[in-house]
Amino acid sequence: MTVPAIGRIIPIARTSSVWILAVARLQLAWRAFLFVSNCPINLDDRRGLVTQNLHHHTFDNGLTLLAEPMRGVESAAFTILMPAGAIYDPQDRFGLAGFTCEMTLRGCGSRDARKFIDDLETLGVEHGEGVSDSHTSFGGATLAENIPAALEIFADLVRRPHLPEDKIEPSRQVMFQELRGIEDDPAQKAMQELKRRHLPSPFGKPASGDVESVTKIQIDDVRKFYENSYRPNGCLIGFAGRIDWDETLKLVEKLFGDWQPGPERSVVSQSRIGGYANLPYDSNQTQVSLAYPSVPYAHEDYYRASASVGVLSSGMSARLFTEVREKRGLCYSVYASYHSLKKTGSVFCYAGTSADRAQETLDVTIQELERLSEGIEDDELDRLKARVRSALVMQQESTSARTAAIVRDWYFLNRIRSLEEIESRLEALTRDDINDYVAKHPAQDFTVVTLGPSPLEVNLGVSASEA
Amino acid sequence: MEFRQAKLDNGLEIVAECNPDARVTALGFFVKTGSRDETPELAGVSHFLEHMAFKGTAKRSAEQVNREFDAMGAENNAFTSKETTAYWASVLPDYTEPTVDILADIMRPALRSEDFETEKQVIIEEIKMYEDQPPFGADEKCEELHFGQHPLAYNVLGSVNSIQQLRVEQMREYFENRYSPNNITLVAAGQVDFDRLVEMTDARCGNWSPFETSRHVVTPPRHPGFHRLQKETSAQQYTVQLSDAPGAENEERFAADLVSTILGDSSGSRLYWKLIDSGEAEHAGLYFVEYQGGGIFWTMLSCDPEKATDNLRLLRSTYEEAEQDGLTEIEHAQAKSKTKARLVLAGERSRRRLFAVGSHWIARETYFNVRQELDQVDAVTLDDINHVLRKYPLTQATTVTIGPVAFNEPE
Repeated sequence: MTVPAIGRIIPIARTSSVWILAVARLQLAWRAFLFVSNCPINLDDRRGLVTQNLHHHTFDNGLTLLAEPMRGVESAAFTILMPAGAIYDPQDRFGLAGFTCEMTLRGCGSRDARKFIDDLETLGVEHGEGVSDSHTSFGGATLAENIPAALEIFADLVRRPHLPEDKIEPSRQVMFQELRGIEDDPAQKAMQELKRRHLPSPFGKPASGDVESVTKIQIDDVRKFYENSYRPNGCLIGFAGRIDWDETLKLVEKLFGDWQPGPERSVVSQSRIGGYANLPYDSNQTQVSLAYPSVPYAHEDYYRASASVGVLSSGMSARLFTEVREKRGLCYSVYASYHSLKKTGSVFCYAGTSADRAQETLDVTIQELERLSEGIEDDELDRLKARVRSALVMQQESTSARTAAIVRDWYFLNRIRSLEEIESRLEALTRDDINDYVAKHPAQDFTVVTLGPSPLEVNLGVSASEA
Repeated sequence: MEFRQAKLDNGLEIVAECNPDARVTALGFFVKTGSRDETPELAGVSHFLEHMAFKGTAKRSAEQVNREFDAMGAENNAFTSKETTAYWASVLPDYTEPTVDILADIMRPALRSEDFETEKQVIIEEIKMYEDQPPFGADEKCEELHFGQHPLAYNVLGSVNSIQQLRVEQMREYFENRYSPNNITLVAAGQVDFDRLVEMTDARCGNWSPFETSRHVVTPPRHPGFHRLQKETSAQQYTVQLSDAPGAENEERFAADLVSTILGDSSGSRLYWKLIDSGEAEHAGLYFVEYQGGGIFWTMLSCDPEKATDNLRLLRSTYEEAEQDGLTEIEHAQAKSKTKARLVLAGERSRRRLFAVGSHWIARETYFNVRQELDQVDAVTLDDINHVLRKYPLTQATTVTIGPVAFNEPE
């Protein structure tokens, strides 16, 4: 393939993110690494938006179909969110969700592994698979006329995978390669450990598992996990692009309508680990990462919480970029991002810096997070609203972005928010609203993870002037 | 979709793909300068200068630059490659004029000494960040070995040492030598009122004085060979290979792109089936990069160190087989449909069109719309592909491997 042309995002199957960075860097270096949050606030701008056509239907078996037909595009994209995330891994089989996802790619329906990939290639489907805490997701995008055929293939994948015993060892090797790759990627390793310590178990466990667990996984484990977790109830399928709702509904009904639901399951959250840990690591830079609690996506305070993270990290005039990088030159990459589970929200922050400046970087970052509770300025809110407004218009140029957005809304809210609703919620936000929120929810109760040659001190409650 | 072009009296070009249906305007100044226009003493100056453009101008402080972009809700960034430095922003169409105003302003940066020293630290952090990431400098080493004294050997970031040594006066001089209006193109895509764009650009850039700039373009020599670097702490073994490929001005580049897709795409390619599906390697990919005067094929392989020798053998035999027997009609058809779908998907975003239009223009002063780009892919025959494989043999490569194990080039 061509080196990722500037700014191109490649859906990645079986390729770790660090390789995408390395390959992209063969061509160029960016001014800034811009973190794209998973859960942006969506905001309408009436000048830039056409009226949306949003559809949803829940079948008797519990599967929900979501769709946004879009005008002015040739492509369409789909997302299948399967309730088969890493939280369902058995205690001694960490990585089983990821292992099972890997195995589903090795033949399904009438196709062996080779034919499966070949047919997708012929249809020009850009596809990617991934495992998160709650879901295994399968996504694809291609020319709109090829979408029905692509969906038939993915229907086979989720409903009729072969899960062949003779592919257990190659799949295990793929898992081992991924685990080794993470060892060489300090930023990912730090963020993975931060998530593991910050979120209540079984959330936050790495989907890649660990060597001991992956070594033990056998074909029966995979088949059992598949039987228990790949199911229509809790499954969301989203489409966006040049599609027709009635035809899509018929197609999905035909492919998934007779799928029998699985029994109810429950996941019990444990308490979280929290605190501070340094992972000794031989590197030039120390990775500094920290997290603190926020409200979840469905919470009435979500817009205020998300806006407060935007003040920290949305755009190059935001506080963290300005204070940590622009004024002090402490790092190249620094960001904060909002993250949500169904019941808990979090803010994750990251900075990578030379070992000898890591303490200052951590101190300044914590001071900025704590200073947020003192309130924000009007112009900060104005800039944030402008950024969100235009980000939403730009999202409408991407069928993949839209399908992700509608599926995310449904998962968290059980409905798709109209753009008008989002706009009015956002526009209504005042500085006082946000100041009230940040005063009541100051950044505190931090989980901190560093990765580097020596541990740091976590200095809380030191104002910038005292430091 | 309409293509428009204009040139100011001082030589600054303006090109645009105007799409009346677009809801977004993407704008960028593309400067024909990059690391290949540096000397060893100036290593990294192009990229450092790109950072400095955001540190303020005669009219604006650094903070003002960032705030004004954010206040418009602009998605903006900049990048530097071996051949191009670009400064871009995507905005809602109403913000076109203020966006041109800031972008034009930062193209005449203040380059203040104290900002230079602060930003130097950021650049050094960026270099150190990459040094901690795979392939741990093996890619840079491979370029040095492959290109030898040729300026394509220089890497975009420079080194910690070259950046530490660099003085602000040297950067100012580099700026004076490279940022002539006749070496710069303003590129636009999406919703564009072209006549207005030319007017507003002329009002802001028309007084920039032109001067001579040139780029030394010679076809780079190559120095095939096998080199091993030791890194005890690395979990994986990383191997990179560089070999010759068609250059930016060569029509063979379309076939070269399909060669890389068929042999080394992240899904469904020959390397995918031999190395990835089997779990033998974490990553195995072939990438085509075009430069003026000569392009390159990159091969990237990461795997369990114990499997490195076997995998290198497998890689070699895959390439030998392809060179000797050629690729197949089925592979050709699949690669075409995949490439075309990617072009259509990318073509729906104004920002991606900005990069596509800009990079074509900088490299060749040509424009193609998405339909024409699809036709170009369609026009490539299997013979063209097999011809490129024979003319630019992947088996004659410069190889650098880095990781914990010691081994020689496999037989």
